[in-house]
Amino acid sequence: MRIRAQIGMVLNLDKCIGCHTCSVTCKNVWTSRDGVEYAWFNNVETKPGTGYPTDWENQARWKGGWERTKSGKLQPKQGSKWRILSNIFANPSMPEIDDYYEPFDFDYDHLKSAPEMEAFPTARPRSKITGERIEKIEKGPNWDEILGGEFAKRSEDYNFEGIQKEIYGEYENTFMMYLPRLCEHCLNPACASSCPSGAIYKREEDGIVLIDQEKCRGWRMCVSGCPYKKIYYNWESGKSEKCTLCYPRIESGNPTVCSETCVGRIRYLGVMLYDADKIEDAANMEDEQDLYDAQLGVFLDPNDPVVIETARADGIPEDWIKAAQESPIWKMAMEWKVAFPLHPEYRTLPMVWYIPPLSPIQNAAEAGAIGTDAGMPDVKNLRIPVRYLANMLTAGDEAPVVTALERMLAMRSYMRSKTVEGVIDEGIAARVGLSGRVIEDMYKIMALADYEDRFVIPTTHREQVEDAYDLRGGCGFTDTNGCGGGSSKGSLFGGSKKPLKMPTEV
Amino acid sequence: MFANFDINFIIFGIMPYAALTILVVGSIARYDRDQYTWKSSSSQLLRRKQLILGSILFHVGIITIFFGHLVGLFTPVWVLDALGVPYALKQWMAVIIGGPAGIAALIGGTLLLHRRLTDPRIRATSSWSDITIMVLIWLQLAIGLLTITQTLQHMDGSEMVRFMTWSQSIVTWNLNAWVTVIDVHWLYKLHIFLGLIITAFFPFTRLVHMVSGFAAPFRYLLRPGYQIVRSRRQDPLPKRDPKSTPAE
Repeated sequence: MRIRAQIGMVLNLDKCIGCHTCSVTCKNVWTSRDGVEYAWFNNVETKPGTGYPTDWENQARWKGGWERTKSGKLQPKQGSKWRILSNIFANPSMPEIDDYYEPFDFDYDHLKSAPEMEAFPTARPRSKITGERIEKIEKGPNWDEILGGEFAKRSEDYNFEGIQKEIYGEYENTFMMYLPRLCEHCLNPACASSCPSGAIYKREEDGIVLIDQEKCRGWRMCVSGCPYKKIYYNWESGKSEKCTLCYPRIESGNPTVCSETCVGRIRYLGVMLYDADKIEDAANMEDEQDLYDAQLGVFLDPNDPVVIETARADGIPEDWIKAAQESPIWKMAMEWKVAFPLHPEYRTLPMVWYIPPLSPIQNAAEAGAIGTDAGMPDVKNLRIPVRYLANMLTAGDEAPVVTALERMLAMRSYMRSKTVEGVIDEGIAARVGLSGRVIEDMYKIMALADYEDRFVIPTTHREQVEDAYDLRGGCGFTDTNGCGGGSSKGSLFGGSKKPLKMPTEV
Repeated sequence: MFANFDINFIIFGIMPYAALTILVVGSIARYDRDQYTWKSSSSQLLRRKQLILGSILFHVGIITIFFGHLVGLFTPVWVLDALGVPYALKQWMAVIIGGPAGIAALIGGTLLLHRRLTDPRIRATSSWSDITIMVLIWLQLAIGLLTITQTLQHMDGSEMVRFMTWSQSIVTWNLNAWVTVIDVHWLYKLHIFLGLIITAFFPFTRLVHMVSGFAAPFRYLLRPGYQIVRSRRQDPLPKRDPKSTPAE
């Protein structure tokens, strides 16, 4: 057992209203620069839809994630190391910018500088790459917005696999949901594994996956390697960039920008302890539907005395262990089993999890005809097909998704009964394998979602990683050579200066 | 003293040292001072068209040529003699391997250059150095292929041995090296001159990605497993038997 800590995230899709505040605040902070105008470290997709970049879930096309070879070995879907290296001159599986969208801006100036004319002046779009006029914008970061476009196109959504999807094109049966997406900060990141330069790494102390901008050489294997298409090639700098989980904020105990600004309070951040020795086996399950359970098996119970003792020996700080015990992620993923990984079949063991959304009961007008299971509506009657959610969250295994949805419905029934009728109905809780006390805890965290319940983030122990005294007079966060003349350790010009040792009296 | 001045001395006697010095010092300085700029500058994201075929043809061809030149020019003549390789045979090998590789690289380079100059996206995002270096390499490939016409006129290998002697004299600090190539055909001279120019341009262009490209297989294949975890701890954790936990 080798214990590491990871900051995980859960998104409660049941409460996402698709306002894109997360995307916009993230963009303003991180990708409002040249070369990444097209990149959204966080984006929100309307599902069903083909998403951003278009068709990203189609791994037969993009070769993202991992695969289990015939001989039972785990290797990137792009191929072995040799195979990846052989594609270094031209990556056959890499999306083109048009698969995202050609970044554009508008001739805003024309609105105020236009001469007097008959027609009202308009701001027409221009390409942010070439500066040329774009006559028609063909695509954007959220082109499926609110079921825009015809069903035939939208239904190319990969999650319709195994579903008779035609009926969902009918007005009466149509459904939609929002899916905000960001880097998954996987336990088994396929991006890092496909980087020939070794520039992508996972941080030991909090599991954040980062790209060393100095070491990245622009071989762009990570772009195709990441099955979530959450690595973006900056065409200006020639380096890959990705979501940083706002590590400067996380390090100081603050939630990420997307989480902080979420108006629906759908995002949760917390610590998960996991056994790093189990990762390979967990990612290499023979049956794809076992991958979700296998990942649950990687997480360690922070209340188990053996785990606590081992965590201490593995250098995990006391407040991180405490944070793990209070982690909302642990509760939702492990105790209540209402949160699931996004596409576990990619075998990356993602660490941004999702609570599936409830949806209106179909044919609600015929109220009497609704199939009910002992007083509670049957989740099979929900507008969003369970299979659709299962394809997204559990590699097609419907049972765990059904349980989660039932628990969420039970939470509503229980609380309605308690607050409206003043009756505490333990029967409702028992039917979904929970107790009234647990349901009230669920209610507190998932429905009320107070700030301190959503974000349980211990600060990074800087004292373990650097001598604070050396930072005195330093220059904070810098972009490559932004500070101190660009020499890191040991320089061609002048060499490294020996630290001055002040004599101390004992 | 200028009575004996010879442009050949400048180009074939002095320039190699200047170019190599710029190459080495410039590259080290760039790597050390501004590693962020050390990259392949791939434009595949912006336009896939012409890149897949062009880039593969160009790179496979030019890497073959690069190592062909390296081995061909710097294998000491006495090694050839010791192995009993006839000079003519070596020259034939150079033509048979280098010729098709050069043609592949030229076709690929033409595709890439065409794409770079005519595609609005690539043109708009190209720097001055991106275009210059591509033009220079294209010319170099074309001239290199043209020299084959000269080479075929003397297949005994004598000219080839001159170039071997010259390059080996350069790296062994023989200051009279330039004399060996003084009366070769001007196409060869132009080829060498352009080669030295490209060498000197190396640290200031995207060509530096060559070094990373040659290093990548070693880095990647020798890296144990796939994943990389970085720890910022100053004091490493105490070693313990991974199979046992303290509480067990």
